[in-house]
Amino acid sequence: MARVLILFAHPALEKSRVHRRLVAEMPQLPGLTFHDLYEEYPTFNIDVKREQQLLLDHDIIVLQHPFFWYSTPPIVKQWEDLVLEHGWAYGSRGTALRGKAMLSIISTGGGASTYQRDGYNRYTIRELLSPIEQTAYLCKMRYLPPYLIQGTHRMTEADIDQAAQRYRQLLTWLHDDRIDRRALETAETLNDALESMWSGEVLA
Amino acid sequence: MNSEEFLAQAFVYLCAAVVSVPIAKRLGLGSVLGYLLAGVVIGPFGLGFLGSEGQDVLEFAEFGVVLMLFLVGLELEPSLLWRLRAPILGLGGLQVVVTTMVIAGLALLIGLAWQAALAVGMILSLSSTAIVLQSLNEKGLLKTEGGQSSFSVLLFQDIAVIPMLALFPLLATRPAGEAGGEEGHGAATLIGSLPAWAQTLAVLGAVVGVVLAGRFLVRPLLATIARTGLRELFTAAALLLVIGITLLMTEVGLSPALGTFLAGVVLANSEYRHELQSDIEPFEGLLLGLFFIAVGASINFALILAQPLLIIGLVLGIIAVKFGVLFTLSRVFKLGLDQSLLFAFALPQIGEFAFVLLSFGTQQGVLDQTITSPLVAAVALSMALTPLLLLINERVVQPRIGTREQAARPADAIDRQNAVIIAGFGDFGSTVGRLLTANGFQTTVLEIDSDRVDLLRKLGLKVYYGDASRYDLLATAGAADARLLVLAVDTPEKTLELARTAQKHFPQLTILARAFEWEDAYDLLNAGVHYVYREALDSALRMGTDALRLLGFRAYQAQRAAHTFQRHDEESVRMLAHKVGDQRVYINATRRRINDLEQILQADLADRGQNRDSGWDAESLRDEVRGVGLDGARPAPSG
Repeated sequence: MARVLILFAHPALEKSRVHRRLVAEMPQLPGLTFHDLYEEYPTFNIDVKREQQLLLDHDIIVLQHPFFWYSTPPIVKQWEDLVLEHGWAYGSRGTALRGKAMLSIISTGGGASTYQRDGYNRYTIRELLSPIEQTAYLCKMRYLPPYLIQGTHRMTEADIDQAAQRYRQLLTWLHDDRIDRRALETAETLNDALESMWSGEVLA
Repeated sequence: MNSEEFLAQAFVYLCAAVVSVPIAKRLGLGSVLGYLLAGVVIGPFGLGFLGSEGQDVLEFAEFGVVLMLFLVGLELEPSLLWRLRAPILGLGGLQVVVTTMVIAGLALLIGLAWQAALAVGMILSLSSTAIVLQSLNEKGLLKTEGGQSSFSVLLFQDIAVIPMLALFPLLATRPAGEAGGEEGHGAATLIGSLPAWAQTLAVLGAVVGVVLAGRFLVRPLLATIARTGLRELFTAAALLLVIGITLLMTEVGLSPALGTFLAGVVLANSEYRHELQSDIEPFEGLLLGLFFIAVGASINFALILAQPLLIIGLVLGIIAVKFGVLFTLSRVFKLGLDQSLLFAFALPQIGEFAFVLLSFGTQQGVLDQTITSPLVAAVALSMALTPLLLLINERVVQPRIGTREQAARPADAIDRQNAVIIAGFGDFGSTVGRLLTANGFQTTVLEIDSDRVDLLRKLGLKVYYGDASRYDLLATAGAADARLLVLAVDTPEKTLELARTAQKHFPQLTILARAFEWEDAYDLLNAGVHYVYREALDSALRMGTDALRLLGFRAYQAQRAAHTFQRHDEESVRMLAHKVGDQRVYINATRRRINDLEQILQADLADRGQNRDSGWDAESLRDEVRGVGLDGARPAPSG
């Protein structure tokens, strides 16, 4: 069993279609912690000690947020700046996070095809996420491929339903250590790594 | 009656009520049946504590019905009354006309003269406002469609009594006064000797007078009295108002209940509505109880035992006929099956006006004793059966039909409307209220300062006058349905009192309380209030933040410093709250916390920026880069 911390950031969850459904579908599992950054710190005054303790108490750190301007919402950056202290998270004596895993769960309005060299957004998601990947590396963490929910602008209610069910399944698999390690290391996205697993499971 | 006798009587009545009503409620029978049974027990055919004065008590206690109609009026804003005009005139009118005709027809069949038959039909078409409204209200059914229809019909009946009284003399078959019956209401009035057009004018004048006075005279009067701050004076004024209207209406031959109802409607929009409600309610409750006891005591068991088949047959027959008419009409008016049944089960008894009309009819020479005596017995008996009928409807009939209607209201709208009660609308409360209103939440405001109430009302705000720490006022303000209670009253004592009252009676409410000093905050926390706000804290911190800026801090740095300080401060208050019980520990703990605070502040001064926000502090990183050579690991603020 892995302890999973979801660092959730959405500045206007009340306007969200997709994330609100995802959050509502969150499984209740021992060791799975949902941590809503905008709800905890509406003034961005992040409690550093508390956040560091949360990190210490979990094995997999999930950054879940919509993809705004090819990046995270600002509170995630604030969180990184303050919580990942030198001498604690990185640096020669900063080993607090060593061996933990980090991944992003991201929604994008544009479809997968737009995040290609020849697409509208010109870069792949993995390329655009390289600051996060490097942050994980600097903190001696394992970086797992991101899980993407794309094309949300065109999603129907049924699509969102399916996305929420898959999200629920994904968190359960992460929690239960069910995902093949090699697939995790080689896959471009977590979606690819899970392709074979979806078909094995009965999904709504 | 000397005072000792009076007290002894009061003792018997109160004793009967206090013993029987809780038992009846416990058994799920409702308070009305409890009172009625208490009346039977202490009445002439029970223990005999009560003798012939029962009839006097009944007449006196009818004032409870008047008070009840006043309260019903207060609940009913004119716009709502206007919306009910179709059921009042249509359903109510048809009910009275059809029932009268059916019963009169039956009476003709058993050999009554057509005049007497018509009179009996009219009398029996009426239902009991007191019993029906009290029972439905207690069961929470008054707001359902069936309950609203019942209310509409009862209202029409109250109006219909007036033309009935006028019609009776025309139906006389022998000279008036021969039977020597006692004077009924409206029999001898001041205006009785005037010509018909002047009487009509007087009646209209009285109604218009009540409306105009309610609008232009009573409100400033109540405002003046409220400003004296003497609560009993306000109660006296409220009673004076109702008694005055009762006398006026009696003088012009109108139903007092109708007059006070009208006054209630006129005052329903006023800021003193809640206060009037909580002042009148205890009187209304007691008098109605007395009324029900008197009805119970007046059931003539001797007569029933002498002609058991006749009386019981009469009661059941009348109930069956009225039930049939009610049920048919409600189906015609498209009520659902369950609501139609509620409506028909609620109204088939004969009302208290029948007592008046029967004696008036005898006196006017329309009816004679051989008809009225069994009818009087039937009236009381049918009233006593009403709670049982409602019980049968609730326990036996309704469970068998699938479409039990939920109280028909859009839950969301109501939720939002009644979500917040704000007690105290000074600077503090009004700021909270304005923020909520600006974001689309309706608030109910309770305010004790009548000058402020006036002012705020002039500005178009919905503010009610009253002492919010009273349970009854909170209840009328809808505390049972609200989600939040904002306590922003002016003194810590009142705040605590209010919090305790609310917690005791409305445990579902989340309480947000304004506190003044640290100690008030401890008291509130210890009372179990989780959301406590010391009124000076936020503005002091804002001032402190500005001071820091003037002393050279950057804006964001100052803001974060204040926030850190506030978090620490709140932790202190919460920790100290646990220690308030033991005064000595408390003082020591306070000193310790102040020492802590001092130390923390000094520590802050000593190494500013080292403990806080060190993620933005490049010092250790610079050291490491110089020593170990971790090159350009991350963008850090340049020194």
